[in-house]
Amino acid sequence: MSENSSNLQIAGREFRSRLLLGTGKFASNELMRDAIAASGSEIVTVALRRADLSGQHDRFANILDFIDAKRVQLLPNTSGAMNADEAVRLAKLARAAGLGNWVKLEIHPDPHYLLPDPIETLKAAEVLVKEGFIVLPYINADPVLAKRLEDAGCATVMPLGSPIGSARGVETRAQIEIIIAQAGIPVVVDAGLGAPSHAAEAMELGADAVLINTAIAVAADPIRMARAFKAAVEAGRDAYEIGLAPRSREAQPTSPLTGFLER
Amino acid sequence: MSFVSVFNELPLANLAQLARDATTVDVERALARSGHRSLSDFAALLSPAAAPFLEAMARESHALTVQHFGKAMRLFAPVYLSNECVNNCQYCGFSRDNPVLRTTLAVEQVMAEARHLVVEGFRNILLVAGEHPKFVSNGYLRDCVAALHTAGVPSISIEVGPLETEDYRPVVAAGCEGLVVYQETYNREVYREMHTAGPKKDFNWRLETAERGYAAGFRRLGIGALIGLGKWREEAIAVAAHAEYLLKKCWRAQLTVSLPRLRPAAGEFEPRHPMSDREMAQFVCALRLTFPHVGIVLSTRESPRLRDGLIPLGVTLMSAGSHTEPGGYTGAGSEKLHRTEHGKIVEVPAVPSEGEHCCATEQFVIADMRSAAEVAAKLRALGYEPVWKDWDPALSEKTPS
Repeated sequence: MSENSSNLQIAGREFRSRLLLGTGKFASNELMRDAIAASGSEIVTVALRRADLSGQHDRFANILDFIDAKRVQLLPNTSGAMNADEAVRLAKLARAAGLGNWVKLEIHPDPHYLLPDPIETLKAAEVLVKEGFIVLPYINADPVLAKRLEDAGCATVMPLGSPIGSARGVETRAQIEIIIAQAGIPVVVDAGLGAPSHAAEAMELGADAVLINTAIAVAADPIRMARAFKAAVEAGRDAYEIGLAPRSREAQPTSPLTGFLER
Repeated sequence: MSFVSVFNELPLANLAQLARDATTVDVERALARSGHRSLSDFAALLSPAAAPFLEAMARESHALTVQHFGKAMRLFAPVYLSNECVNNCQYCGFSRDNPVLRTTLAVEQVMAEARHLVVEGFRNILLVAGEHPKFVSNGYLRDCVAALHTAGVPSISIEVGPLETEDYRPVVAAGCEGLVVYQETYNREVYREMHTAGPKKDFNWRLETAERGYAAGFRRLGIGALIGLGKWREEAIAVAAHAEYLLKKCWRAQLTVSLPRLRPAAGEFEPRHPMSDREMAQFVCALRLTFPHVGIVLSTRESPRLRDGLIPLGVTLMSAGSHTEPGGYTGAGSEKLHRTEHGKIVEVPAVPSEGEHCCATEQFVIADMRSAAEVAAKLRALGYEPVWKDWDPALSEKTPS
């Protein structure tokens, strides 16, 4: 990251990296661990349903052993929950198992497209915030919902660029622009970012961070792809902070009307 | 309206004709489709004309599977609870009239079987039983599920005789989240011929089972046809139509499709319409290309060579190290063994002496004899993470009111 780039702040914690990483779909846990290191990510999300919450150190569900919780902020997610009750229960179980009080709230009742349920997400967010959790909800790119979640006390909002795993990029661009314009909390563009250019685009729009999983996990070389996303996120953030030149339909002479004054 | 009325109106004859007579142009059109593929596209992809395109289909199928499911393979194992059965199905080893050794495991014996599998790594268990309301009641199923759930098996499914919605509810409430029911054959005529006695004779009742299960709260639904009874392309089209319907009607459930081919079993029924390995690969690819998000299940019915080859093509859930008889993993239930003929007990074999392993008769002979550890090692060698746990019991617990 350039020396001048600002840090990401979530719930009073500061992070140098603006790239969050998901841990599903990797060909091995070792590869996942190395990709996290290569990405420079400091916030890593894990599906609780994949992890061992029994405290008995299940070697057949040992994904957490590959994440250094001293180096990265662990962000357990409630993927698999179909409603608010299930998500809340899972989050509490994770906290009781010593996984901390950060939670990526994911409630998608449709297991095929994994699109988030706005009603249940808001309900769960309200409960979890009251229970002392740092809540990062995954949502469709709905500006009103984003404000409602902010009002409820969420630490961020995480609108999707396009459906999970679709690699279609920032298809919800117009809505995300509104969310960013209105947000008083960090906006993390999550899901559907299939190429480093997608991540850079989201960052150039002013997103505070992006979350990437599939595009890195299933790449032929996840470690190099993690580095590619790291560079793209940094480039996009720098460009946003510096300010992009306005777009124009026509070529613009440097001083079309007032150049004569310089002669 | 249930799937029965939709099924009755399906243009199955036209689709079957397309699956037989599709041209290269039809196949190319189906392959070139961007976005949702239709049942007509699916039929074209199953056709003999699509066979030369198998490599191209496999490439797209692989890419879609990796995109949606990652480089990961979920693993499960069956636990057979009972091979008692009131039905006569010509192809099934458990058929009532078959003179086979039968038993039903007590709940603690089911636990012993499950503990054996948990040590091997399995966290996803499928409870299987013949259809016999006296031995396999919903109360018994509920008790088995509750015991496994309490013992920390995160993911439990059942594959048993169809029940009413209300009878499924206690099983779901006990922590069961998956329901598997194969129609066996979607051809009514063949179905009638195959199922000669017992409640399974009712084609429509079975066809509506997945919906009844969904209404009772199951979160995963598994369907399939037993390949070898009817013409496989017609069965495949009907399965696809069923999947298409369930994806819309039962939208909260994760849908899996299985492609079981008939295996040797007691009764020695021979497949009438065999499907070659190459055709099976074509079926897997056509399914994936039409339903990118649907789980595809592959059991130990198939040989190691074919299973390993199909892994990258679209399969997302595999069993491993399976036994298809009650007590198969631990010998549990052997003290209650009895031989039946035409539903009557004719012989109680002597209790096996020490060291002698005497078990109930299996449903069918498996083809992949590798242990779970061997299959997991092979998956890793192929670049896939074996996923044992992909569910947490907290998700299936009932919320205290």
